[in-house]
Amino acid sequence: MIQLENVTKTYPKASRPSLDDVSVGIEKGEFVFFIGPSGSGKSTIIKLLLHEVSPTRGKVMVNAKDVTTLRSWKVPHFRRSIGCVFQDFRLLPNRTAYENVAFALEVIGKTKAVARRVVPEVLELVGLGGKEHRYPHELSGGEQQRVAVARAFVNRPLILLADEPTGNLDPDTSIEIMRLLDRINRTGTTVVMVTHDSNIVNQMRRRVIEIESGRIVRDQARGVYG
Amino acid sequence: MRLKYVLNEVLVGLWRNVTMTVAMIITMSVSLTMLGASVLLYLQVDQMKSYYYGNIEVSIFLRSDVTEAQRQAIDQAISSNPLVAERTYETREEALKRFQELWKDSPEFVKSVGPNSLPESFRVKLKNPEEYKTFADQIQGLQGIQDVIDQRTLLEKVFNIFNAIQVGALVVAGVMALAALLLVGNTIQVAAYSKRREVAVMKLVGASNWFIQAPFVLEAVVAGLIGAILGFIALFVSKVVLFDNKLQALTNILTPIDNGNVWLMLPLLAGVGAVVSAVTAWVTLRFYLKV
Repeated sequence: MIQLENVTKTYPKASRPSLDDVSVGIEKGEFVFFIGPSGSGKSTIIKLLLHEVSPTRGKVMVNAKDVTTLRSWKVPHFRRSIGCVFQDFRLLPNRTAYENVAFALEVIGKTKAVARRVVPEVLELVGLGGKEHRYPHELSGGEQQRVAVARAFVNRPLILLADEPTGNLDPDTSIEIMRLLDRINRTGTTVVMVTHDSNIVNQMRRRVIEIESGRIVRDQARGVYG
Repeated sequence: MRLKYVLNEVLVGLWRNVTMTVAMIITMSVSLTMLGASVLLYLQVDQMKSYYYGNIEVSIFLRSDVTEAQRQAIDQAISSNPLVAERTYETREEALKRFQELWKDSPEFVKSVGPNSLPESFRVKLKNPEEYKTFADQIQGLQGIQDVIDQRTLLEKVFNIFNAIQVGALVVAGVMALAALLLVGNTIQVAAYSKRREVAVMKLVGASNWFIQAPFVLEAVVAGLIGAILGFIALFVSKVVLFDNKLQALTNILTPIDNGNVWLMLPLLAGVGAVVSAVTAWVTLRFYLKV
């Protein structure tokens, strides 16, 4: 599903590469943690997979497509097969939970009728049934992240990328979000999560890939934070 | 639904930043008015040229001491010249009569001119008025000729003034267009900034580039079109006020401005306004909304 082959990424003006000759493969349906200290290069992996940045060297394959050579006008369509969740939720403050999720559908050309059918369903799935018409500021952090997860998942992507999704949440709420991601993973969606929340990694017991100074130092099938 | 969304975004966008929108429309319309005036003037001068040059004459004034033989030699030279379309001869008496007719409102002036002070002349129409120089060179050397005068050189002075006005209007149009372009660019940047969250989400979930950009580009196009319509109205009103009323005296010199030509300015201005705004907005977005 995801394949990095000898990927090196050096940002302009950076003294050393953020990713240094990284090769890793992720199968369909896997749940993978990328862990490591700040600045280790784990977030760069998310950016590469979204085609927000291009690798300096090497090849990035997503869903059997070479992202490196993707033409820029094909990027939007490519992104529709990937859902994304961030630490800061990135919700639109002037839209309700329902509208935030529906917006993601409507801007990729789905009709309002489709949104009316699909959005309540996915909001129910993330545990926000009954709170569809609340605005983000009327929701707790955990609830806002649920809206973000609903938005990422509403289009049934093959891959869900999560960049420190629990970074702004307290431990209990974090666990709830992890249960939600786990549930999404069980539907067959590949989940790639970047985190430095040791508590969560230790509880989940999933594949752990540790990155330090741009290199993979550990790749463990049912790992702990260590 | 997508169309409705885009149109709604356009209206909201124009309204959100209404002072900037108004500034954009005003500069755009002034620029386009100048452009329209310049094009109209160009068409007008062209039309006047073909009208006047068709009626243009070369006058060959004879010396007062011209002999009968010289006069006949000149007549012969003119009649046999292949460049000449037709020729007429004007005696001193005829010249005086014409002069008196022309200046009949100033009897003092007429009285001061005696019957012998006006020269006799040949009036020649050339087949091609552009060939005046060749004709003059061929005829100038003959005995008994005082002066060869081409009306064309007089007209050219008039046309030069029109050309200068036209160039001036074009320069103003250009300067205003530059101001309008900067305003369009700035408006689009402000609009993109105020919608940065929406744009970020749209990019994230894979909205196509045209869908992200269309509301911004259309916003500029709508402003450009409104500017063009206002510019056209200004042009039309000034045509009616200036040429049909205030400057009616000039209509003896100016060939009338064709209303069809004025109407032609509407699609021209609208097209220029819309395309220029769209391209500016699009280029601005290329820098501002990288995908």
